[in-house]
Amino acid sequence: MPKRTDLHRILLLGSGPIVIGQAAEFDYSGTQAVKALKEEGYEVVLVNSNPATIMTDPELADRTYIEPVHPDWVRKVIERERPDALLPTMGGQTALNVSMALSRDGTLQRFGVELIGASARAIQMAEDRAEFAAAMRRIGLDTPQGRTVGSLEEGLVAVAEVDYPAIIRPSYTLGGTGGGVAYNRAEFEEQVERALDLSPVHTTLIERSVLGWKEFELEVMRDGRDNVVIVCSIENLDPMGVHTGDSITVAPAMTLTDREYQRMRDAAIAIIREIGVTAGGCNIQFAVNPVDGEMLVIEMNPRVSRSSALASKATGFPIARIGAKLAVGYTLDELPNDITRTTPASFEPVLDYVVVKVPRFAFEKFPTADYRLTTQMKSVGEAMAIGRTFKEAFQKGLRALEAGRPGWVTGATLADDRLTSASPDDLRVALRTPTPERIFQIKRALLAGLSVETIAQASGIDPWFLYQLDELIAAERWFAALPELEGKEAAGQLRRMKRMGFSDSQLALLRGEDTTEAAIRERRWALDVRPAYKTVDTCAGEFPSTTPYLYSSYDEENESEPLGAQGIVILGSGPNRIGQGVEFDYCCVRAGLAFRELGYKTIMINSNPETVSTDFDISDKLYFEPLTLEDVLEIVRWERPKGVVVQLGGQTPLRLTKPLEAAGVPILGTTPDAIDIAEDRQRFEQLARRLGVNQPPNGTARSVEEAVRVAHHIGYPVLIRPSYVLGGRAMEIVYDEGTLREFFEKAARVAPEHPVLIDRFLEDAFEADVDAIADGTRCVIGGVMQHIEDAGVHSGDSACVMPPYLIGDRVVDEMQCHTMAFAQALGVVGLINVQFAIKAGVVYVLEVNPRASRTVPFVSKATGVPLAKLAAGVMVGHTLDELGVPDDLPLPGVAVKEAVFPFTKLPGVDTVLGPEMRSTGEAMGFADSFGMAFAKAQIAADGSLPLEGAVFVTVNDSDKPTVVPIARRLHELGFRILATEGTAKHLRARGIPAERVAKVHEGRPNAIDLIVSGEVHLLINTPLGKFTQQDDYAIRRAALVHRVPYTTTMSAASAACDAIIALRSRTGSVRSLQEWHEKTTMGNPAPEVGRSFAPSREPRPVKT
Amino acid sequence: MLLEDDAWFRGTAPLRFEPAYAEVVFTTNLSGYQEVFTDPSYLGQLVVMTAPMIGNYGINPEDIESDRPRVAGVVVRELSAHSSNWRATGSLLDWLAEARVPIVADVDTRQLTRHIRSRGAMRGVVAVGEEPTTEVRAALAGSPSMDGLDLASAATIGAEYTEGPADARHHVVAYDYGMKRNILRLFVRSDCRVTVVPAGTTTARVRDLKPDGLFLSNGPGDPAAVGYAIDTIRELADGRLPIFGICLGHQLLGLALGGQTVKLPYGHRGGNHPVRDLDTGQVLITSQNHGFAVQGDTSGVPGASALEVTHLNLNDGTVEGVRHREYPIFAVQYHPEASPGPHDAQGHFRQFLQALDSQ
Repeated sequence: MPKRTDLHRILLLGSGPIVIGQAAEFDYSGTQAVKALKEEGYEVVLVNSNPATIMTDPELADRTYIEPVHPDWVRKVIERERPDALLPTMGGQTALNVSMALSRDGTLQRFGVELIGASARAIQMAEDRAEFAAAMRRIGLDTPQGRTVGSLEEGLVAVAEVDYPAIIRPSYTLGGTGGGVAYNRAEFEEQVERALDLSPVHTTLIERSVLGWKEFELEVMRDGRDNVVIVCSIENLDPMGVHTGDSITVAPAMTLTDREYQRMRDAAIAIIREIGVTAGGCNIQFAVNPVDGEMLVIEMNPRVSRSSALASKATGFPIARIGAKLAVGYTLDELPNDITRTTPASFEPVLDYVVVKVPRFAFEKFPTADYRLTTQMKSVGEAMAIGRTFKEAFQKGLRALEAGRPGWVTGATLADDRLTSASPDDLRVALRTPTPERIFQIKRALLAGLSVETIAQASGIDPWFLYQLDELIAAERWFAALPELEGKEAAGQLRRMKRMGFSDSQLALLRGEDTTEAAIRERRWALDVRPAYKTVDTCAGEFPSTTPYLYSSYDEENESEPLGAQGIVILGSGPNRIGQGVEFDYCCVRAGLAFRELGYKTIMINSNPETVSTDFDISDKLYFEPLTLEDVLEIVRWERPKGVVVQLGGQTPLRLTKPLEAAGVPILGTTPDAIDIAEDRQRFEQLARRLGVNQPPNGTARSVEEAVRVAHHIGYPVLIRPSYVLGGRAMEIVYDEGTLREFFEKAARVAPEHPVLIDRFLEDAFEADVDAIADGTRCVIGGVMQHIEDAGVHSGDSACVMPPYLIGDRVVDEMQCHTMAFAQALGVVGLINVQFAIKAGVVYVLEVNPRASRTVPFVSKATGVPLAKLAAGVMVGHTLDELGVPDDLPLPGVAVKEAVFPFTKLPGVDTVLGPEMRSTGEAMGFADSFGMAFAKAQIAADGSLPLEGAVFVTVNDSDKPTVVPIARRLHELGFRILATEGTAKHLRARGIPAERVAKVHEGRPNAIDLIVSGEVHLLINTPLGKFTQQDDYAIRRAALVHRVPYTTTMSAASAACDAIIALRSRTGSVRSLQEWHEKTTMGNPAPEVGRSFAPSREPRPVKT
Repeated sequence: MLLEDDAWFRGTAPLRFEPAYAEVVFTTNLSGYQEVFTDPSYLGQLVVMTAPMIGNYGINPEDIESDRPRVAGVVVRELSAHSSNWRATGSLLDWLAEARVPIVADVDTRQLTRHIRSRGAMRGVVAVGEEPTTEVRAALAGSPSMDGLDLASAATIGAEYTEGPADARHHVVAYDYGMKRNILRLFVRSDCRVTVVPAGTTTARVRDLKPDGLFLSNGPGDPAAVGYAIDTIRELADGRLPIFGICLGHQLLGLALGGQTVKLPYGHRGGNHPVRDLDTGQVLITSQNHGFAVQGDTSGVPGASALEVTHLNLNDGTVEGVRHREYPIFAVQYHPEASPGPHDAQGHFRQFLQALDSQ
C-alpha cells in the first residue's frame, strides 16, 4: 500500500524533559520520525518542551512548538494547527498518555484528528493490565497471576492470592515509576499507597513474583497488510525483578534454543495482532522459567521505547523511521533496508556480533537513596558496546560506562563494590540483592572460589553468562602469570587477551604496578596488535552494505576505509549521566551536520545508544565505541583525520584532550592549552587577575591539612569541588572545618590526579551564565541567563531566564565584556561559557568553560541562532563575519529553563537543591512575559501550579523576611496561607493572616496530614543547612509523593507567584519557534517583559 | 580452512580431525545450530555459522532433524566451552566429536562469509596444521564440485517405513531425498499416516501404496543430477495425486514439469528471508537452505507452462514457490517446517491437507 494521500499535516508529540525511564532515546526516535514524514511530503507539527533535543531544531519540523507536552497545551496547538493526524507512539509514555487524554476528552474527534500508528483501542488494551491479561488469555498465552486494585484494602485481598514477594506495578506510569517488590506486609502497604498516588488513574497491579526467571524482550513491527517482523531479541543478564532499563542486556538472545525462540516469536506475533497495533512497532517482554521453560508474557509497549532505540542501534534497523512510514500507510516490503539499500525492510536482521548494554547509575549523587534495583528503573543512562563475542562486548560496555573502571574490574575497596566483607558467605548473601555493583561482586565471588552454580543460585543469573565471566578470570590469571611480554609469543598473548575485550589499562593492572597503560599500548603497537573495524550491516555479511556503521574487534579483516584529511572526528559524550546529557549530543549532531555542509566528512565516535548522534545517517562514519583514550586513539590512528573535536561532548572528550594532544592528535578549535588554563586553578587565577575580573577568594589543596589552611585563609563558608568534573560532582558548601575535613576526601577521590578547588562561597548572591562563540578574534554573546535560584544551587539545577530579569544593565554589560575578554585572552575558537556571581552589585567570575555548555541548545532555541553549527564553522577556520553572525543575536521573547529531578524514582532522597547537580533534564517555557514563560516551564517540567487554594509556608529564620512579600502576594491572590508556628507568627506580625499548622511532632492533624489529605496546594519550604530536620524532610517528601507543587528557595517561590498571576490573568497562547524567529527578523517590538541592551562590543581594556 | 581460490583462514581446532573436503556455505541462522547440523540438506557441505557464539545452549535429544550430524564440518567464531539450558543433555563439542564432525573455531567468520558472498560458494577444506600443505591443496583441487552432484541418493533412506497411526485421516507417501524430521512430525501431528520411501522408489510402488497425496522432501545436492527422481515425479504429476514439495522437492517438481534450475552464487541459508505470496501480497519470513533455484519470475517458469509462480524472494527476486495451473500440485523453495527458523509458512501444510480433503 502506498502512502496515504488523505493526510497532509501530522502532529508529533515529543516526550518532554529527560527523566529516568524516558531519556534521549525519544529524541532519537522523534527525530527519525520527523525526518521520515517530511521525506514523504507531509507537514509536520511538533510539540516538545525539551529544548536540548535535535527534534526541536526549527529546521526539522515545519512547525516546532516548545510548549508543555500536556493535554491543555497540546490542545491549543491542535486548535491552531488543525492537523489531520496525530502520531502518538514516538514520544514515550508521555506522548502516549497525552494522546489518550486528548482522545478520551473528545479533542481529537472534535478537530477531526486521527490517531495513526496505534489506535486508542490498542493503546488501552496494551496499557491496562487487566485488559492485557484478558487479551493474552484469548490467544492462549499466560501472564503472571495478578489483579488490578484501586485501594490498599483490595490490594491486601490480592496479595493473599499471589503471596509475597509481590510485584507492584502502577498503571500508566513510565519506567515502572512507583513500582516495586514487596517482601512483607509493611513494604507492601507503603508501596501500594505510593503506586496508587503515582498512577494517573490511581490503580495498580498486584502481581505474582517471577523473581529469578530469565527475562527476554522482542522488538516487533507490523504493517497495515499484517506483515510482521521481529527486529531483535534481547536477553537480560539480570533476571526478572530488575527493570530492563537497569539490567545489563545482551542482543541477540544468547541462551535460547531455536525451538524456544520460535515459540516466543510466535507469541509476539500473536500479541501484536491481538492488541491491534496496526502500523508500527512494539516491545514485548517475556519471562522464562529456567527450570522448565515455562513462558509468561510480562508486558507490551505499543510504541517505540528505550529498548527499540537499543534494538535499532544493535541491528541497524531504524525502528522509529520505519514505524513512522508504516503509520502513513506503507508496508514493510515497500520500504528499503537503509543499510543495504538493495533489500527491503521486510526481513529480520541477523547479527554476527554481540551487543551488550550496561546501565549507568547516579547513586553517588544520591547517597541516601535506596540503591537496590527493582522493577522501578533507577539508572540515568546507558552505554552500548559491540564485539564479536559476549566477552569482548561485555568488557567494552563496562569501560564505555566511564564510571572509573577500565572494564570488568573490582573496586579498590570493598565499599566500592558495596560490600563490607569478602567472605564467601557474605558474598553469597550480597549476590541475592541486585545492585549496580553486583556484577563486580560476582567477580569477587568467582575470585574467592565460589562456584558458578552457587553464584547462579544466589543471583538468578543464567550460568552461561557466569561461565563466560569465569573464562575472563581464567584468562586474567593466565596473563598475570606470564613471565615476560617479550619475544615471538607476546603478540599472540596480547591478542588473545584483546580478543576477550581487555583494555590496555586492565592488562597493565594485571601485569602489576610498574606497568602502565601506555607501556601496554606501546608494546601492542610495536607488535602490531591492533583492532579491526567491522560493519553493522543487518544481514551478517549476506549482502553488500554501503553504510559505514562500525565497531572494533580484535579480528582479522578490517572493513573500514580511512577517510584521511577530509575526515573530522567528533567525540560524543558517552552514556547519559546527571550533568552530561542530551544537550551535548545536540551539539555534536549539529556540528557534525555542519561539517558535512562545509564539505568535510564527519566521523562520530560515541557509545550511547539513546542518542541521535549514533544514528548511522547523521555522520559519514559512525564508530560505536567506548570513549576511552585507547579506543579513540586506535580510531584516530586508523583514520588520520584533519582533526578531532573535543569541545562539544561535555567533560568526556575534554578529559581526553591532553593525552590526545600528547599522542600528536590535532585538536580542532580552542587549543588544549587554553582548555588547561581554564581548568587549572592557578593559571586561571593569573588570567582573571590580568584581565581585572573579580574572583571569589580561592585556593587549591592536595591534602586535608592544606585545605584547612586555605579555607581558614579565605574564610568560611567555602565551596569545595574536584577539578575536571561536570555537574557539580562532589561539590559542597561547607561552613566549618569539621565538615570540610569530611567532604575533602570525597572530592579528592573523584579526580585524584587533580587538586581540589576551594572557593569562598558568596552567600545571597545571584548567579548568571553567559554563552558565547568566538573565532579567535571576534566574540559574539549568545545569551545571558540569570539563575532564578540563589547562588549555591548548581547551575544545572537552577531555573534560569533569558534575558535576565532582575539584574541591571550595567552588570549585564560587565558580564558580557568579561566573557569577551576571556574569549580573546584564551584564543577561544568555538564555544565558551562563563559563570558569574553577582553580590551587592559586584560581578565575580566563578568559572570559564571553553567548550559547549549545557545551555547551548536552550540559547539556540531562544535566539534561533544555531550556536553549535556556527562553532563547527569557526573550528575549521571560518570567521564569524564569514558566517554572517551579527553582534546582537535576536531574542524575541522571554525564555525560561526549568530543571527536572528524579526524586519520585529514588525513594529516600531529600529534594532540597544544592551545589551538586541532581537534575536529569530540563524543560523550556517561551512566552512574552516572564510569568507566563516560567509558568510554561513549570508545567512542562511536570510541576503544575495551583490557581487557588492553600499555600503552606515553612521557612528558616534567614528566609523569613524574604517570604513576607511573597506570602502577601499570595494572600492578595486569594490563597489561604498555612504556616508552622514560627513562620505563622512572623507573617501575622506583618499583617498576613496565616493559619498555624502543627509540626510533625506537635500532634495531629499536622503538616503531613494536610498534605496527604490534599489540603495543601503549594508548599514553600526552605531547610536549615545541609542536614535538615526530619520534619522538614518528611514534609518535602510528602509533597513530592502526593504531587503537591513545592519550592525550596525564595527566588523560585517569587517566580511561582509571577507564574500564578500570569496563568490567572489569561490563558497562555502557543507559538511555534518558526513564528517566534520570523517575528524577530521582521523587526517586531521587544517583548513586554525583558529589557533590551546595547553594551559596547569593545572588550574592556586589559588592566596591567 | 582453505578455499579453492587459495584463500585461507586461520582458526583453532578444539579436537584433532582428518581433513574434510566439501562445498563451503554460510548460514545466518541465529539459533538452531543443532537443527542445522543434523539437516540432511547440508550433506556434503562445510557450514560457516555467521552467528558468532555457538554451543551456548548445548545439545538435546529433541532438536534434531535426522539421527546424526550431517554436515561435513563446522566453522564458528567462538565455540562456547560451557552450555546452559534446561533441556540440554550435553555439549556441542562432545556431540560433534562423537560423530567425528570436524569443527574449527576462532575463525573470522565474517571475513570468510564476505569472501564467499563476493566470490560465490566454492569448495574448501578444513584441516589441522600451521598452514595448508601441498597434499591438502592437491586433494582439494581433485574434490568434486557441487554442480552436477547427486547427493539425494546418498541422503535418502535404505528402506520404506511408516509413521503415524494406521487409522489416520490421511495417508501420505513421502519421498525422502534427505528429509528433515520435523516434516514428518508435522504430518503426523496433522493426523496423517506417512509412508516414507527411498528416492529411487518407482511410480508403480507409489501407486500401490494408494496414498491420498504425495510429498517431495528437501535434500542436498544438485537437483538436475537426480534424473531418476525427475522422471518419476513427471509420471506422478498427472493430476491423480495432490503433490506438495519442499526445497529439493520443489526444484525436482520444476524440472519434472519442464523448467530449469540454476545454481545461486552463494545460496540462501538462514531464517530471515522475506518471501512474497503473490496471491495475497503478504510477506512471509522464511527458513531457507538451498544453493539451487528454479528459474522463472512472475510471468512463470520457462519451459514449464503448467506451472505458475506463487512466491518470490524479495531480496533477489528468485522463485520461491510454484503451483500447477490445473492440478492440486504445489511446492515451495523455503522450509515451512522451519526447525530452525520462523513458523510463518506452516500454513502450507494446512494447504496440502485441504487438497487431500477435497480429493
